[in-house]
Amino acid sequence: MFVDALLLQLGYNATLVAIGATLLGIAAGSTGTFLFLRKRALVSDAISHATLPGVCLAFMVMVWLGGDGRNLVGLLLGSAISAWIGLLCLNWLVQHTRLAEDAAIGAVLSVFFGFGVVLLTVIQTMGSGRQAGLESFLLGSTAGMLWADAMVIAVGGAVAVAMIVLLRRPMTLVAFDPDYALARGLPVARIDLAMMGLVMAVTVVGLKIVGLILIVALLIIPPVTARFWTERSDVVVLLAGLVGGFSGFVGAAISASAPNLPTGPIIVLVSFGCFVMSLLLAPGRGALAALLRHLRFQKRVHLRQGLLALAQGQPIYEALTLRLLRRAGLVRPDGVATELGRARAAKALRDERRWQAVRSDRDHEAAAALYDGLRDIETVLTRDQIAEVDRGIGGPKGVPA
Amino acid sequence: MSIELIASQGTVATPDRPTDSPLAIRGLTVSYGQKPAVFSVDMTVQPGAMTAIIGPNGAGKSTLLKAALGIVRPLSGQVQVFGAPLARQRARIAYVPQRASIDWDFPTRVIDVVLMGLYRQLGLLRRIRGVHRDRALTCLDRVGMRDFADRQIGQLSGGQQQRVFLARALAQDADLYLLDEPFAGVDAATEKAIIGVLKSLRAEGKTVVVVHHDLATVRDYFDNVFLINTSKVAEGPVSTAFTSETLQATYGGRLATVQVDQLAATALA
Amino acid sequence: MSGAEFVPLSLPPLLIGIFAAIACALPGNFLVLRRQALIGDAISHVVLPGIVVAFLVTGIVATWPMMLGAAGAAVIAVVLIELIRRLGRIEPGAAMGVVFTSMFAAGVLLLEQSDTSTVHLDVEHALYGNLESLIWLDATGWASLVDAEALRNLPAELPRMAITLVVVAIFIAVFWRPLKLSTFDEGFARTLGIRTDLLGLALVITAAVAAVAAFDAVGSIIVIAMFICPPAAARLMTNRLEHQIAWSVLFATASAVIGYVLAGYGPLWLGGQDAVSAAGMIATVSGLILALAALFGPCRTRNGAPQQG
Repeated sequence: MFVDALLLQLGYNATLVAIGATLLGIAAGSTGTFLFLRKRALVSDAISHATLPGVCLAFMVMVWLGGDGRNLVGLLLGSAISAWIGLLCLNWLVQHTRLAEDAAIGAVLSVFFGFGVVLLTVIQTMGSGRQAGLESFLLGSTAGMLWADAMVIAVGGAVAVAMIVLLRRPMTLVAFDPDYALARGLPVARIDLAMMGLVMAVTVVGLKIVGLILIVALLIIPPVTARFWTERSDVVVLLAGLVGGFSGFVGAAISASAPNLPTGPIIVLVSFGCFVMSLLLAPGRGALAALLRHLRFQKRVHLRQGLLALAQGQPIYEALTLRLLRRAGLVRPDGVATELGRARAAKALRDERRWQAVRSDRDHEAAAALYDGLRDIETVLTRDQIAEVDRGIGGPKGVPA
Repeated sequence: MSIELIASQGTVATPDRPTDSPLAIRGLTVSYGQKPAVFSVDMTVQPGAMTAIIGPNGAGKSTLLKAALGIVRPLSGQVQVFGAPLARQRARIAYVPQRASIDWDFPTRVIDVVLMGLYRQLGLLRRIRGVHRDRALTCLDRVGMRDFADRQIGQLSGGQQQRVFLARALAQDADLYLLDEPFAGVDAATEKAIIGVLKSLRAEGKTVVVVHHDLATVRDYFDNVFLINTSKVAEGPVSTAFTSETLQATYGGRLATVQVDQLAATALA
Repeated sequence: MSGAEFVPLSLPPLLIGIFAAIACALPGNFLVLRRQALIGDAISHVVLPGIVVAFLVTGIVATWPMMLGAAGAAVIAVVLIELIRRLGRIEPGAAMGVVFTSMFAAGVLLLEQSDTSTVHLDVEHALYGNLESLIWLDATGWASLVDAEALRNLPAELPRMAITLVVVAIFIAVFWRPLKLSTFDEGFARTLGIRTDLLGLALVITAAVAAVAAFDAVGSIIVIAMFICPPAAARLMTNRLEHQIAWSVLFATASAVIGYVLAGYGPLWLGGQDAVSAAGMIATVSGLILALAALFGPCRTRNGAPQQG
């Protein structure tokens, strides 16, 4: 079943849902990157919760106009309008009051959602069974999705992706360094607006598949995941799109392969799996790599400090330093320095003296700036330069280099 | 210069070695990430004196102070305050953080900030009484801010904020005062007021340590200097440790020659 | 309205709403000042997986296991957020977003997978609670308030919420000074020997306790409104923390009372017949109060923007 689903063999609707979810994932992942890089990831939470009153009002208006109220395009239009109003409220609160952005986000999302819930109960009283379709916007529901709905989602996702491809350069610039972008004459405010517009579009398109509570995950998790693998913002955008698309596709396939596997949560959990893998395993920014690096670094610091203390005849206070020295064969178990320990200690002290000389010498300014207590002097000066320095400080006697 | 190698008895030395120094630091290394901000620093602060910690930007001055106070965790090293571990001597230390590290929009008044200095006396639940309020007002008086006691802290100028912080430290009634860049971005009147208070503290036998950035005033303000650029460069009385050589070693090429020569000239005068 | 009608039908939900609102608003004051307002958001989202897991483990729909499950989930979420923030060096907002959405998704999945259709456990209930159903059938009028027999059958949520409020209020009162100090100047607080990390965790756990106790009365999402809106509005009214707390309690109470009354009677006044969601209306009213404070509050603008020194 799962393989069938992966190969888009599960029928027309499932295929459309899978394509829609993939496009949605790509669009959400890359759009979310711009928010994430601007440190405004949770703005998406306010936007998504703010869609609820719009959905309800659109339904009520359509019913009032004589329709059955479940036209997806109409509902999405309503959600977009109320999300936009929510965003305006948020920005107004941040700019015109002393409230910080997090408080403004929380206020907007909870108040709009609360008002949406009020409207839902109003709709419940309007007529029997009418609201059933609306509640699915909370958590998404692809079961029994109409072909036309799937089409709307697929097209919406495609349009969002196309917009990102079109706007990626200016948006990257603005997300990366808004001041610089402004100085270069880019219309930062308008690009910001476009960015928020895209977030809104993604949210609205995602309502039907993952629901308004979980769409946030698709905007946040892929960028955070992608960030582990690269330092380049344009690559983050690309990778985040990939992670999002992958999660959307695999999630939709898994969901289609068995009953009781709701699409939205599965997609979110697939992307969370990608995130956990990246958090732990990514080279560079990953947790394991960072831990190993830290342990290595700690060892270097302690060894270096221990050697300097040995060389200067100072007592060693740290038990860890002593243990590391012992393990490296630099001191004997009774604490006295070994032959090797003495030689290394002498070299460490001599290097420290060399550094001292280098750092007070204006001619070595560039090299001196690299001093951090650990760096080997051989990595910043040539052999001739070191010899020159040694002449200045009197040079070592009887110490192997 | 030959390098003597003393075969060390590499046993773990007892950290409780008695010392009467108000602040004794041994082998302190602090790093943010993969680069030590402070490397293997020893420091012994002289009691009853005013010491300036000096070094270029990013040389680890504030980090040294924060590690001494237990605000950041060191990678290695020991800190002793009046001959005992820091945790037992908290009541004897007063601290003035950098002004920029605070959210000045916080809803509180000047007097409330100064009363925070009495936290160790008040504890969780003891009521604030007239004596406490009087003490806070006296401290505000010493920094010339008594009239501002009921102002919201966000309404103060930078210099006034700095003076309120100093008043809070005074309220702590400590023996060792640690100040992080108290003169950064303040007006001349404030600078004068602060240095006056610090000198009166010294006259009372208190020890004062200041992270300082203005080389021109070092000689006027301080007894001792501690020069740092990641590792310690020099430590001692201004007359011997604050020289053109030590400055050159601390600042390297970052200090213009003219400046060094000027400072050296004042050093000789 | 007569006591015979008001005491059994309106008094318990009204009191529960007020207690819940205040219990959330109290820690909310500190969360807002610490720029941690959205911790409330995260906590309230992970309540759902907490109660689902509690149900799956115990197999029964009982209050205490679910409260424990929800509280456990809140603590796990907070720890995970901190862990991810540190391990991955990710900004707190994004770390929160990753954790609470994933846990919420896991909760929904578990709910769909398990056979909970026979029991009263559904997403909507966890999201918007059911304040109106908390009625006191044994009450016959004001006299019932001193009738031990009738009091024994008060809806269990009422004493529970009252106890929670007392616990939260005691925490805030006892730790008032260190909370204020460490929120204002964490470095200084640490030099005084205050364990700021533990205190911060205690604050979040207190908030979680309030959220968990409140969720089955007012619903988990609407709890966020009570965490944030009354304290945020209060911040715009005064420049003293002591007064801010008082304003936030006032606003929380006003939101609960006005929201409840509007939900129950508003539709009738407008010619409708059925009440609307009380929890939703309480959140809406708290938003309106915030809007008024943002437009007219005496201390609405920043006056202490950090001067560049």
